[in-house]
Formats: sequence, C-alpha cells, structure tokens
Amino acid sequence: MTDWQPSARALERDAFRRAQRRRALAVATVATAVVVGSVAYVVATAPGWERARTAFFSPERAVEVLPDVAEGLWLNLRVWVVASVIGLVVGLLLAVVRTSRLPALFPLRVLTVVYVDVFRGVPVLLVLLLAGFGLPALRLEWLPVSAAFLGGLAIVLTYTAYLAEIFRAGIESVHPSQVAAARSLGLTRGQTVRRVVLPQAVRNVTAPTASMLVSLQKDSGLISILGAVDAIRAAQIATTGDYNFTPYVVAGVLFLLLSIPLTRLVDAWSARQGWRGRLRGVSGAGVIR
Amino acid sequence: MTGALLSLRGVRKSYPGTGRRGPRKVVLDGIDLDVTEHECVVVVGSSGSGKSTLLRVIDLLEDVDDGQVLLDGVDVADPWVDADAARARMSMVFQQYNLFPHLRVLDNVTLALRLVHGRRRAEAEAAGVHMLEKVGLSHKARSYPDELSGGEQQRAAIARALVSGPELLLLDEVTSALDPELVGEVLDLLVALRDEGTTMVVATHEMSFARDVADEVVFLHEGRVHERGTPGQVLDDPQRGRTQEFLRRLR
Repeated sequence: MTDWQPSARALERDAFRRAQRRRALAVATVATAVVVGSVAYVVATAPGWERARTAFFSPERAVEVLPDVAEGLWLNLRVWVVASVIGLVVGLLLAVVRTSRLPALFPLRVLTVVYVDVFRGVPVLLVLLLAGFGLPALRLEWLPVSAAFLGGLAIVLTYTAYLAEIFRAGIESVHPSQVAAARSLGLTRGQTVRRVVLPQAVRNVTAPTASMLVSLQKDSGLISILGAVDAIRAAQIATTGDYNFTPYVVAGVLFLLLSIPLTRLVDAWSARQGWRGRLRGVSGAGVIR
Repeated sequence: MTGALLSLRGVRKSYPGTGRRGPRKVVLDGIDLDVTEHECVVVVGSSGSGKSTLLRVIDLLEDVDDGQVLLDGVDVADPWVDADAARARMSMVFQQYNLFPHLRVLDNVTLALRLVHGRRRAEAEAAGVHMLEKVGLSHKARSYPDELSGGEQQRAAIARALVSGPELLLLDEVTSALDPELVGEVLDLLVALRDEGTTMVVATHEMSFARDVADEVVFLHEGRVHERGTPGQVLDDPQRGRTQEFLRRLR
C-alpha cells in the first residue's frame, strides 16, 4: 500500500462535510431551543401556573414525602424484579414448547396457546381484580393472600403471556437453514434449540423484550389497587388532606430514574458485542449520501 | 476533459480496520478508469481485489477517501453534488438480485420510473411490460420475486435496471449466485444488450463472457489496476505475474 496523503480535493470535501455537520448541529440546537422555549412560555404564562407550581412542584413537600414514596418504590422494584425473572424464564419456556414439534408436547402446546390467548386478551386490571379478590375466596391454606403476592401473580400471568409471544416471534425469525446446519453437524433437537436457535432468537427480540420490561416496571404500580402500598399508593396517601400533588411528581421522577437507566443499559448491552454483527462488514450498511 | 462518459481519477477507498485502532483496510488504492459511450469494460480479479467496491463507488453507494468520479466531466464524488440525480443516470445490478420481495415483478420494475422519473402508473407499466418482454419475463409480471427461479429473478433485476434508460449499466457479478444451467440465460441477455450498444461496467468471474463482450479488460489486484487492455491482450497474453497466476488458477 502506498503512503497516502489526502489531496487538496479530499481536504476540501472533508471541510465541506464538517461544515454540513456544523450546520446540522446548529439547526438541531435552534430547533430544540424553539421547542423548549415555546413549551416553557406556554406553561409559565398560563393563568394557573402560580397555583400549579405550588401544588405540584413544592420542594419542601417533596423532601417530606420522599421517604414514604421511596419505600413504596422498593415494593415496586421487588415486584418488578421477581415478575421479570419469572416472566422471562417461563415466557421463553412457553415459546420453546409452542414452537417445538415433539408429539409428546402436543397437550402442553394446546395449553400454551390457550393460556397466551386468554391472558393477552384480558385487561391487566381485570386479571388483578380476579386474582386479588377471587383467589382468597377459595380459602386455600397454602396460598399467601397478601396484596403484593396476589398482585404480583396477576402481573406475572399477564406479562409472561406477552413475553412468550415475543420470544416465539424471535424463534420464528431464525432462518430454518440454521437448524439444518446444526442438525447436519449431528446436534440433537434440544442442542439445536439451546445452542443455535435460542441465542439468535433472543438477540433478534432484545428491543421489544426490553420495552416489555420497562412497561412491566411501570405496571407493577397497579398492585396498589389491591391495597399494597407501592410508590403510587404512598404518593396518593400523602396527597390526602392538603391539596398538594407534589408526591405524584416525586413518584413520577423516581419511576423515570429507574426506567431510563434500564433502557440505556439494554441499548448498551445490545450494541456491545456483535449485536449488529449481521450487518458489520456488509457494504452498504453505512449511510448512503 | 477526456470526453469519456465516466472517468475515475486516483480513486481511493478504505474501510475501518478490525479492532478499535486497527489500520484501515485499503480496498481501492488509486484507480484510474475511462468508459466511453457504448463501451463495455470488464473488471476481473480475485475476490477481495476491490471489484464490487469499484462498482459501488461509481454508483455513489460509497463515499471515496480521495480521487475523482467524473460523470460527463462533473465530479460526482464531491459531497456538494446532487448524488441522487447522478445515481438516477446509472443502474446497478447486484449479485444477489436485491429485488424488493414485497412487490410484484412489474412493480419492482416500475418503482423508480414512477417515484424517480415521474411517470404516470399506466405509462410506467407499459414501459415495464415492454422491458419484461425483452428479458422474456412478461408472463411473470404479476408474480412475486420469490416465485421466480434465480435466473428469472436476475433477469427481472436487469429489467428493473434498464427500464429507466440509464446511460451506464453496472453489473456486479450478476451470475455468481446462479446455478450453472441458469447462467447462460442471463449471459445471453447481457450479450444482446452489449450488441445494442449499452454502456456497461461489468465485474465478473466468467472469463469466456469477458472475452466475448469486453472492449477493455481491467485486471484488479489489491485495489490497483494491475493490467489492462483488450481481451486478447489481458486474457490470452498477460504480461504481468499476478494476471498470469490468476488466469492459471482459473483453468
């Protein structure tokens, strides 16, 4: 290879591209300033702004209620972690069962289809109410009847159905030739699924799975309707008596503090290694002028 | 200016190397090339020699590091030139056909006519049907690409490339993905196009085809033009070592 020094022409093109990038940045900055500025203007000049500010953004009240709301959030967090782990594991298992062709699994496959259809079709709120008030009525000795447990169960039931469908889509997105290649190497069906199909399937659906988990994190607040004191319920309790709604804002901020890092984490994880591997090195995978 | 339809001058192109700070991989290392109207230039070379990248650079699907891509004397590699307009004057046919799987064959062929060249649907479809007749596929106009054989898909892709009347046709190993018995039907079509005077730049591994159609054969090696000349000169009486070695391995 020759030692290459960019020609005057190449330098001129680079300068042009840099200028274009600078202009794009300037446009983005101005556009952002205009949008943020007009929103701020509309809000600040609204007739009720002074009252709204004290009712929703009172710093003293925020500091006061923070411990209670944070304690409630701890419950949300536990429900979220447990429901996520169960949902991911069981959802993946259900997806494998549903896509497998083993004759012995036929009855399970039917059950899976029925389960997914039912729990995707019924509103979460209804599942929560049925589980929360229906299951205790059975008076089963071994069944815990705390609101947190029953609410968590209802959420797990619903989200597992969704996750199973996402994973099924992921499994079906793996090209059949991958299975052929694995089987021709002598891998068993089980090995093929575990070592070849699932790793690719899971990668293909990382983004929708992540958004399900974020959604699950927020919906964990729904258990409050059964009486469990989560962040939202704690905030609601804190607002009774006076007409200050700052606790709701505090709860909202806390939820954001959880979900934003989560989404960024998943993005970083999926960008890390070979996630775009399929496209890396393919000409045309870059930007075309 | 040279009077050529297309001229490359000192074209250089590199890709990011492996690893974070690895050296960049130089794919084209100072290419000069002239294509005059009605000329057929065939680019040969082993895989990785830069043939595909060369065609992609010509079609402005890649930005170059340096050098000029002159179309009618205008340097279209300059970022301030309207690349879409330049691309609309050329057509590329890809190794893997790249037909749009969600569109019927006729819609594949008429898409650019309607969206880029502003023809009405009826007019575009008439032109599309005519072009499909020419490549022997008018009976497949209503089929979807995956209902066609490889050779038919590639002929449909050629029809799609030709229907807008491009000044320059770029063919990137268009028979490499085909079964041997289907290669002939595509090559016959290309020979017919060449006889009509279509200006073409062809990257190929088919030496007999190169011998039949080329006005000039260019042998690429490690991103440079290693040898060039008429088919008789380059393919039958190569002067340089790499060319001789390449042709010997093909026998």
